[in-house]
Amino acid sequence: MNANDQITLSPTASNIDGPAISPLKKGATVSTAAIGPWRLIYGKLIRQKVAMLAGAIILFLYFIALFAEFLAPALPATSKPQYTYAPPQGISLFTTKPDGSSEFQLHVKGYKVEIDKIALRRSFVVDENKIIPIGLFVKGPAYKLWGLIPMDRHLIGPYNLNDPMYLLGTDRLGRDVFSRLVYGTRVSMSIGLIGVAVSLVLGVVIGSISGFYGGWVDTAIQRVIEIISAMPTIPLWLGLAAAIPLTWSPVNVYLVITVIVSLLGWTSLAREVRGRFLSLRGEDFVTAAKLDGSSEMRLIFRHILPSLTSHILAVVTLAVPTMIVAETSLSFLGIGLKPPVVSWGVLLQDAQNIRTVATAPWLLIWPSLAVVLAVLSFNFFGDGLRDAADPYDN
Amino acid sequence: MTDLSPDVVLSVENLSIDFTLRTHILHAVQNVNFQLKRGKTLCLVGESGSGKSVTARTLLQIVDKPGRIVDGSILLRNGTKVTDITKLAPTGAAMRAIRGKRIGLIFQEPMSSLSPVHTIGSQIIEAIRLHSDLDKKAARARMVELLSQVEIPDPDTMADRYTFEFSGGMRQRAMIAMALASNPDILIADEPTTALDVTTQAEILDLIKRLQVERGMAMLLITHDMGVVAEVADEVAVMRFGRVVETGAVDKIFHDAEHSYTRQLLASTVKLTSHVKAADSTAALSANAPEPVLSVRNVSKVFGWNNGAKALRAVDNASFDLYPGENLGIVGESGSGKTTLGRLILRITEPTEGKVVYRREPGSEVDVTRLDKHGLRAFHRDARLVFQDPFASLNPRMTVKEVIGDPLIVNGLAKGKALEERVAELMRLVGLDPLGMERYPHAFSGGQRQRICIARALALDPKIIIADEATAALDVSIRSQILDLLLDLRQRLNLSFIFISHDISVVRYFCDRVAVMHKGRIVELGEAEQICTAPKEAYTKSLISAVPNPDPRDKRLMHRHRFVAPAIEPAHV
Repeated sequence: MNANDQITLSPTASNIDGPAISPLKKGATVSTAAIGPWRLIYGKLIRQKVAMLAGAIILFLYFIALFAEFLAPALPATSKPQYTYAPPQGISLFTTKPDGSSEFQLHVKGYKVEIDKIALRRSFVVDENKIIPIGLFVKGPAYKLWGLIPMDRHLIGPYNLNDPMYLLGTDRLGRDVFSRLVYGTRVSMSIGLIGVAVSLVLGVVIGSISGFYGGWVDTAIQRVIEIISAMPTIPLWLGLAAAIPLTWSPVNVYLVITVIVSLLGWTSLAREVRGRFLSLRGEDFVTAAKLDGSSEMRLIFRHILPSLTSHILAVVTLAVPTMIVAETSLSFLGIGLKPPVVSWGVLLQDAQNIRTVATAPWLLIWPSLAVVLAVLSFNFFGDGLRDAADPYDN
Repeated sequence: MTDLSPDVVLSVENLSIDFTLRTHILHAVQNVNFQLKRGKTLCLVGESGSGKSVTARTLLQIVDKPGRIVDGSILLRNGTKVTDITKLAPTGAAMRAIRGKRIGLIFQEPMSSLSPVHTIGSQIIEAIRLHSDLDKKAARARMVELLSQVEIPDPDTMADRYTFEFSGGMRQRAMIAMALASNPDILIADEPTTALDVTTQAEILDLIKRLQVERGMAMLLITHDMGVVAEVADEVAVMRFGRVVETGAVDKIFHDAEHSYTRQLLASTVKLTSHVKAADSTAALSANAPEPVLSVRNVSKVFGWNNGAKALRAVDNASFDLYPGENLGIVGESGSGKTTLGRLILRITEPTEGKVVYRREPGSEVDVTRLDKHGLRAFHRDARLVFQDPFASLNPRMTVKEVIGDPLIVNGLAKGKALEERVAELMRLVGLDPLGMERYPHAFSGGQRQRICIARALALDPKIIIADEATAALDVSIRSQILDLLLDLRQRLNLSFIFISHDISVVRYFCDRVAVMHKGRIVELGEAEQICTAPKEAYTKSLISAVPNPDPRDKRLMHRHRFVAPAIEPAHV
């Protein structure tokens, strides 16, 4: 008798006094009467600090993906052969004027070439004396925002277009890793969404049918799911990816890859949905709706599915990182996305050999960190969402 | 530290417990005082949410997380000294020594309070060895002795059985044996019989009472049932919304209550021991009776393979008639097949054999068991079901308007403004304020939710309402309100009710005729008054006499009629 139900009294309640309640803060009202289920879920979710932080990071990543062209200082494909494997520069705030006083000026330090006397290898080091002034909202290389709006402003960039500014270093061809990472965010974060959307439709429809009808339909569907999940995924992907004609444009390949990746994702969602259906099918409120004369379609879509939307959302959130990792690993293996498309997996492809890792560790570190950050955020947020998904469970 | 008078074992003084919840602080227990005396039983009685269980759990410091003791003390006599339990750390050794050793606890739900993966015996042995240094052999001997004390037949073999092999009553006996394992001087029983059938309840109450008197224990019995209170209590504390509103000797509480709430609680209990005569009821039984609206003939349901050795005849050859404007009760204990019978009539479960004839108008007959999908939908418009659990039968994600309006929408009867007006009308009909129509079910109390369910059932202007334990989940005062509402609706809307219940008093109050079910069969069918006062069948007699009487001057359990099941049991029980 935990006594925390019945906290509000309706207008016709006969008992005048009622449970002794005092608000947490003086003067606050304590009614939850008119609050809908989504507000209750939100209320539960917002108290989970980690999940909320993860949610904020996810939003931030999608913000980057949305405004990639503006946020990246350079174009992803622009290579400057004179700056290959240039190390990352740090941003400094103050410059020292010749008279010794300091002045506020956003800047990065330039590069100088050092030649390794033994290996005769040319390498760049940051030159503390060369100051490259940079600024916010500067004119930079021209681009089209979302492929539509021609613009040339960038969030950050050097005042002089020809000055090098590589905040996260450059790669083998002298391309700006920071810009490529920003563009990669767009591809990697959206491939998860598209893949999940495909598996969401498949999973919900197949899972609902399986759970609602039961019997031989359920048995057949469950066996198919088992067969699909028993297949070793990497060889499967390898085979399917090999079937993509080489002549296809990167965009087409990209779409086909998402579909291939989502072939993995739908089975777990279908199982989850089926399980929920099996348990809800016998609930009194479903029987009541059936006796009201509801058709099967109405039972499924009006009465049962709304009770699991929050669960489905949680499962979907947890499925996104699987998709991201799948894309990354496929691309890393060279069978997923290929240049000129930029994704985190494609970036990691550049960091495949040990020599690169030894001389230019930033090629490995930053894309991996991006993947780890995205995957962890989705997992934490999904976990929080799952905990909050049933607002009526106590 | 205050001293306790010699016969007091435990004294609760000014106890207050708060639950800090997300939106508010709930004062679950406020300034509660009571004393447990050696050899006496104190009943803590109250409706759900009154804080009685929380109080009992605090004595053992096992209150769940957001709850904490904010004030007061719990003084336990400890040899010559007095210990304040509230000062002990909940996980400390001192507290653990009190739990089980000094204070034994019996839970409400025997199904979940025993471990399913250990034998009954090993669970009791564990309880014994926790508080004594008996070796394994001695502990086993003690366990067998305990099991025989709680009247489990053949205790030596039964001890090696698992929980699922025990019936509810047997489990509760095993639970009691465990609570008594180290001879506690205080026994807390938290609704020990609520989950049990009346006949089992009578036996368990009998047993607890006897053991308590024999051992001279102090007992704290928590219950919502005034009948149980009258049967076993020496003293009573009535709780409401966290406060003890009245304490006193049992006789005083029942015959000379001071507080209005105590009187109200008693009134609603006593009210249910009588029968209301509806104005034109039981005309059905006279010679010029109208045609029955529903005739059930030889309906059976067999689960498992037909007539196989393991087949269970959940309903066996049931026949009865329901006349227009009549309330027919179906009573029986759990597993008697009463719920299945209700579901067979509506064909939620398909009957194995027999037929159900429905007469919408005099002269027109439909055999429900032969209806196609379309015909069945039409029948479901006329025959509606009200469920037991008002929490599970309302979709938590739909507003009250959507819930009540749904049958109207799917049957194409109303929409838009008309729908809203009809929903408002239905809400007023069941005594709810239409202003609440945009709210979600969780904003309503149990009784109010059941009113919503009734409104949904009434939405299609039905002829028959099958109420499956519709008041079982409700507190006694709410229960009589809902029954009165149904009686009122019957008069106004010319309904016939089939009222399925395990609660004799509810059936007696509400029904004109009663069918008593036992192991799938209808053993007796007759007028409610006759069944309840002068039953003919042995089973009915035992059932009726096991119902606790809410009057301490007339304890019924002591001289109840015991029913011994016939030697030939129906298969698979």
